[in-house]
Amino acid sequence: MSNISLTQIVSWIERYAAHIAEQKDYLTQLDAAIGDADHGANMHRGFKAVLAKKADQPATDIGAFLKLVAMTLISTVGGASGALYGTFFLQASSLANGKTELTPDEFAALLEKGLAGIVLRGKAAIGDKTMVDALQPAIKACKRALEAGEPLATALSAAVTAGEEGLKSTIPLVARKGRASYLGERSAGHADPGATSTVLLFRAAAETLS
Amino acid sequence: MKKLINSPENVVLESIAGLGAAFPDLIKVHTDPNYIVRADAPVKNKVALVSGGGSGHEPMHGGFVGRGMLDAACPGAVFTSPTPDQMFEATKAVNGGKGVLHIVKNYTGDVLNFEMAADLAKAEGIDVEAVVIDDDVAVKDSLYTAGRRGVGTTVLAEKICGAASEAGHSLKEVAALCHKVNANGRSMGMALTSCTVPHVGKPSFELPEDEMEIGIGIHGEPGRKRMKLKSADEITEMLLEPIVEDLPYKSGDEVLLFVNGMGGTPLLELFVVYRKAHELLSKAGIKVTRSLVGPYITSLEMAGTSITVLKLDQELTTYWDAPVLTPGLRWGV
Repeated sequence: MSNISLTQIVSWIERYAAHIAEQKDYLTQLDAAIGDADHGANMHRGFKAVLAKKADQPATDIGAFLKLVAMTLISTVGGASGALYGTFFLQASSLANGKTELTPDEFAALLEKGLAGIVLRGKAAIGDKTMVDALQPAIKACKRALEAGEPLATALSAAVTAGEEGLKSTIPLVARKGRASYLGERSAGHADPGATSTVLLFRAAAETLS
Repeated sequence: MKKLINSPENVVLESIAGLGAAFPDLIKVHTDPNYIVRADAPVKNKVALVSGGGSGHEPMHGGFVGRGMLDAACPGAVFTSPTPDQMFEATKAVNGGKGVLHIVKNYTGDVLNFEMAADLAKAEGIDVEAVVIDDDVAVKDSLYTAGRRGVGTTVLAEKICGAASEAGHSLKEVAALCHKVNANGRSMGMALTSCTVPHVGKPSFELPEDEMEIGIGIHGEPGRKRMKLKSADEITEMLLEPIVEDLPYKSGDEVLLFVNGMGGTPLLELFVVYRKAHELLSKAGIKVTRSLVGPYITSLEMAGTSITVLKLDQELTTYWDAPVLTPGLRWGV
């Protein structure tokens, strides 16, 4: 099974930035329904800064690159998504220090580490109507496929499918975390914006990493 | 969208630049990262107070930097919490050696980012305490949600704790006082119109001409209930009743009554609300001994109001009355 290179990890983030730019208005629209109408704009600002920083300081290993992504998001996005996505990439980066390539299993472990960071910082669980509802099943599906000996491409497309299902599952939920929770019952019937941007992260991975 | 701006991207930066230019004797504005400190920061041997939050709530928080109130404020993008690097740099800039209190409104983004900033500051040996303000009775308090939002009581906590820090109290004492203010303050708000976030360009929600939102937050998020518009007296009653029941405020209590404007409601109307709220509290035997009326914690151009009641004792009253000199609030100097 072929490994994931630093170049591929960089393309993953570039592709994710492109998806965010494309879906910026849609993400903001979702957020306007149950939040405060800034998710698309904030994520777009953050990833525009990531692209600029990446050009300024080309990374020599995956850990350093993901740390650069994390620190840039933490200092430019703001809101809960800045802290949470920043924590995700910061935790993930800690397993890739000095590495210029990752095996698919190492990549899955890195995602899991990022998820653990998000859960610790945001204290959200499945069913709270947050990004965790898409992130956790996507990572689980990816890991399960790899453990079954499937190639990375299959594992990532399983992750996208599971993430999309997780995202769909947020629609009827009443939010228990974040600003949407202030709406109570009125938060039901809308997809969670954070779960939506999470699915894009896996879509970008499937398009670039295998 | 019809706004007095040059571009949505620059609105926060240009606004804080204007604030700094208007009050050079009181505050200094730092950019990249953005924060506002009092002109004489750091004040030696005084607990420093740092707050912050999304922009769009002016004069909170930048307008409350100065003697007797905040030492620093961190403005985020409109309705978006500031970032940990801003809070960390502001914390370092105002630390006078007696520790720093972070006053945080209970929104997930604000709480998470202030937590990260506190971690960074503690790693550099700065004593940091954080107090989260969560006074909005419109949100059902529950262990299973993000909890109540921080609204009007924040302004009162910043004023009262600022006075206590000037009086020389320790970080532990000022933090305890902040918890006390939060425990005794309750708020609820409503909107007549929505507001438009500059970079979004259209109203955050649609509100028909004859309807209102009850239990609104300060970020253009919809409220708990939408209903037909009622009279000012009926609305005042709808806001005040859940506040009074919640603490509860009882006959014989002395309180501060704060009627806040959301940004688009004139003082003419706010005093109509104040009049009714004062009357209702008096009827219940609750004595209003201090007042604040005006737009202090706003939501851009939203029309509407919020009511905050704070139960007072001698300590809170003394610190409320103490001198304050900030762009947004000043007396006794």
